[in-house]
Amino acid sequence: MKRFAALIDRLIYTRSRNSKLALIVDYLRHTPDPDRGWAIAALTESLDFPAVKAGTVRTLLATRVDEELFRLSRHFVGDTAETAALLWPDAPGAKADLSVSAAVDALAAASRSDAPAVVASLLDRLDADGRYALLKLALGGMRVGVSARLAKQAFAQAFDVPVDDVEELWHAIAPPYAPLFAWGEGRAERPDLKDVAFFRPFMLAHPLEEESVDLADYAAEWKWDGIRVQIVHGGGETRIYSRGGEEISGAFPELVAAFDQDAVIDGELLVRGEVQGGEAASFNALQQRLGRKVVSKKMLADYPAFVRVYDLLAVDGNDLRGLPWTERRRQLEAFVPRLADSHFDLSQVIDASDFDDLAERRAGARDAAIEGVMLKRRDAPYVAGRRAGLWYKWKRDPLTADCVMMYAQRGNGRRASFYSDYTFGCWSDAGELLPVGKAYSGFTDEELKWLDKFVRDNTLNRFGPVREVEKSLVLEVAFDSIHSSKRHKSGLAMRFPRISRIRRDKPAEEADRIATLQAMVT
Amino acid sequence: MARTKSWIEPHSSGIYVKPADLWIDPSRPVERAAVTHGHADHARSGHGAVFATPETLAIMALRYGVDVEASHNQAYEYGDGFERGGVRFSFHPAGHVLGSAQILMEYQGERIVVTGDYKRRADPTCKPFEVVPCDIFITEATFGLPVFRHPPTNDEIAKLIGAVRAEPDRSVLVGAYALGKAQRVIAELRGAGWDAPIYIHGALEKMCELYAVHGVDLGELRLVSETDKAEMAGHIVLAPPSALNDRWSRRLPDPVTAMASGWMRVRQRARQRMVELPLVISDHADWDELTTTISEVNPKESWITHGSEDGLLRWCELHQRKARALHLVGRDLEEEA
Repeated sequence: MKRFAALIDRLIYTRSRNSKLALIVDYLRHTPDPDRGWAIAALTESLDFPAVKAGTVRTLLATRVDEELFRLSRHFVGDTAETAALLWPDAPGAKADLSVSAAVDALAAASRSDAPAVVASLLDRLDADGRYALLKLALGGMRVGVSARLAKQAFAQAFDVPVDDVEELWHAIAPPYAPLFAWGEGRAERPDLKDVAFFRPFMLAHPLEEESVDLADYAAEWKWDGIRVQIVHGGGETRIYSRGGEEISGAFPELVAAFDQDAVIDGELLVRGEVQGGEAASFNALQQRLGRKVVSKKMLADYPAFVRVYDLLAVDGNDLRGLPWTERRRQLEAFVPRLADSHFDLSQVIDASDFDDLAERRAGARDAAIEGVMLKRRDAPYVAGRRAGLWYKWKRDPLTADCVMMYAQRGNGRRASFYSDYTFGCWSDAGELLPVGKAYSGFTDEELKWLDKFVRDNTLNRFGPVREVEKSLVLEVAFDSIHSSKRHKSGLAMRFPRISRIRRDKPAEEADRIATLQAMVT
Repeated sequence: MARTKSWIEPHSSGIYVKPADLWIDPSRPVERAAVTHGHADHARSGHGAVFATPETLAIMALRYGVDVEASHNQAYEYGDGFERGGVRFSFHPAGHVLGSAQILMEYQGERIVVTGDYKRRADPTCKPFEVVPCDIFITEATFGLPVFRHPPTNDEIAKLIGAVRAEPDRSVLVGAYALGKAQRVIAELRGAGWDAPIYIHGALEKMCELYAVHGVDLGELRLVSETDKAEMAGHIVLAPPSALNDRWSRRLPDPVTAMASGWMRVRQRARQRMVELPLVISDHADWDELTTTISEVNPKESWITHGSEDGLLRWCELHQRKARALHLVGRDLEEEA
């Protein structure tokens, strides 16, 4: 655990991506199996110990530390794992180092009832830095700026193997990735993925920054506002993966059942809306289906899911990813009719005569489930990640509203000392300010400092971590769409709101009215 | 015995000693001020008369142009003091920075101690804290939460030296408060055998000279402004925290940013300061030092000021010790801890 704890600490304080990469490369080369595999899984948030949760740690701490002192400390530190690591009393006597794998084994074997005792005995074997590493390993939320992509690059660099191979194998092999390390170190053949429903890393898009592109080179499709999924049928089973390679099959059993072809598709998971007469509903509806482990019949009936298919990555045992988009599209159009049309349809290519025509159609698109336009290079293969010039996303211009800051709350982690989460409102007909949303992004570091100072200087009331502020600051809020919602008093809910500008120049009375926002509802 | 409330009044701007018509560490100009130490949140300019240790007066002369020679300003060695309005005042080492003192007040058989800021662990630049028995103990609480347990200073200094040696092409830039922390880090480095020149920001120069005059040996110091960039590779550079991510640091060879402060114990705090090498070195008592000190002083009542009052208050409650929080304003805790 000492090496792993030291690695985490170095990563926390290292800002440059290359330096982070170098640290991980060094760790992977010089740490034995299976510790390095568990460590890298922990860094990329690929471990889950269902019996050990933040609540377990809080309960446990209560046996050693006064609850009030824990609460005050947690509030100051801004992170449960770090608070617990610092508060846990050092056990007396010298301690032999605890290996990462021994910790993982113990955590994995813990049941809900003995988890506190297991965690306590592990904590007793570690110093403050080791305790921090252990708790982050157990609870997740590492926040060391290591994406799965960075970890795979580090692996490729450490063992001098192609990163694309690593990308593909990574998700097919479970932590601690022993066959992967054996292959990397030249001790074994490349692992065989036949008959495994493994995840293929998604091809992603850059935002369109060019003035225009030539539609002779790029095909245009609508970008639908659902969640991007990959459905894989292989080895006799069907799996649905989200963009990060997380399996979400359990939440959508009807799609698993309906996908009965030997193929791998890339598409957008959407929920059928009633209002639009069977067309895709807004993201709001889809949210009802996300994150569920068990799905009721009523859920299935009220929010029926379907997939709008964008791409075909493999079919009948053939990998199509190396083929140009035009060829994959041809095969996709031939393939989609093999699927049940109740649950799958084809994403249509937008038949625009030129770029200006496309711009006009994009501007005119009123469908709630359209997020913008995708531009895909016709001759490009399907490659993992974001590659320059191959795919572009061209989102619809966001809507904006001028709102008044009402409450502010401290952020987490690096923002623990900043009031960085803002609740804002608009004026009702009765002249009352009603909250319409909450945002914690969109501003620069400089603006955050200014906003934080504004909150501190203009506090009216404190409710625990929340401060009510003088209703004087106008924030221009950008959002992708706005929907009716019973959850909020204003009856509105914004999708992806962010602060686009601080309007110091604008008096609060001139902020927008609820009625104005209602007119934007889709 | 006098009833405390009748002769001492905590105000948001400082502690007022009524029979003596005198303030302790007032945050606004007053006619008569007794000052525990030279940090800006305790020592202010503009007072009529100042009572302090000779070192604190010298620091105030340097920083705020207080006239040391003027007869209304009085210097007292540790153990000495004066009497005014029936109150006996005396100064006792606090172990915080050069010249820092606790102030003991005795009036009609009652004893009150104001600690100012203090710490308990060894510091080569100042006299160690003395336990002064009293009825009311007015203690600081900068690190009044049990998450703050400062590691041994030697370990942190070894970390610093290790970082310089690991990358001989770079310099290590240590952010350290200009009064106290900077000189302590230098003295600790000397104690650990680091005898190479140490490079300093111009803002530290005068204070380092003052320490040297008062017998604290800091070895060879060189000004960054008078040194070639290349010369500082493989060396330690000290600057006030505000200069860390400032344009000033561009004159250093690819600096590793370090910061010496008790706040560095909390990772996200260190990250906020864009620090790459956090050094947990503090001039304030950590949680164990605070609670041990209260136990050792064993006052009838503890008054807790500036910092995490709530944490220490809770500890007192758990240990059946009478305590209350004073809410003094203008205490700048971030920079010099």
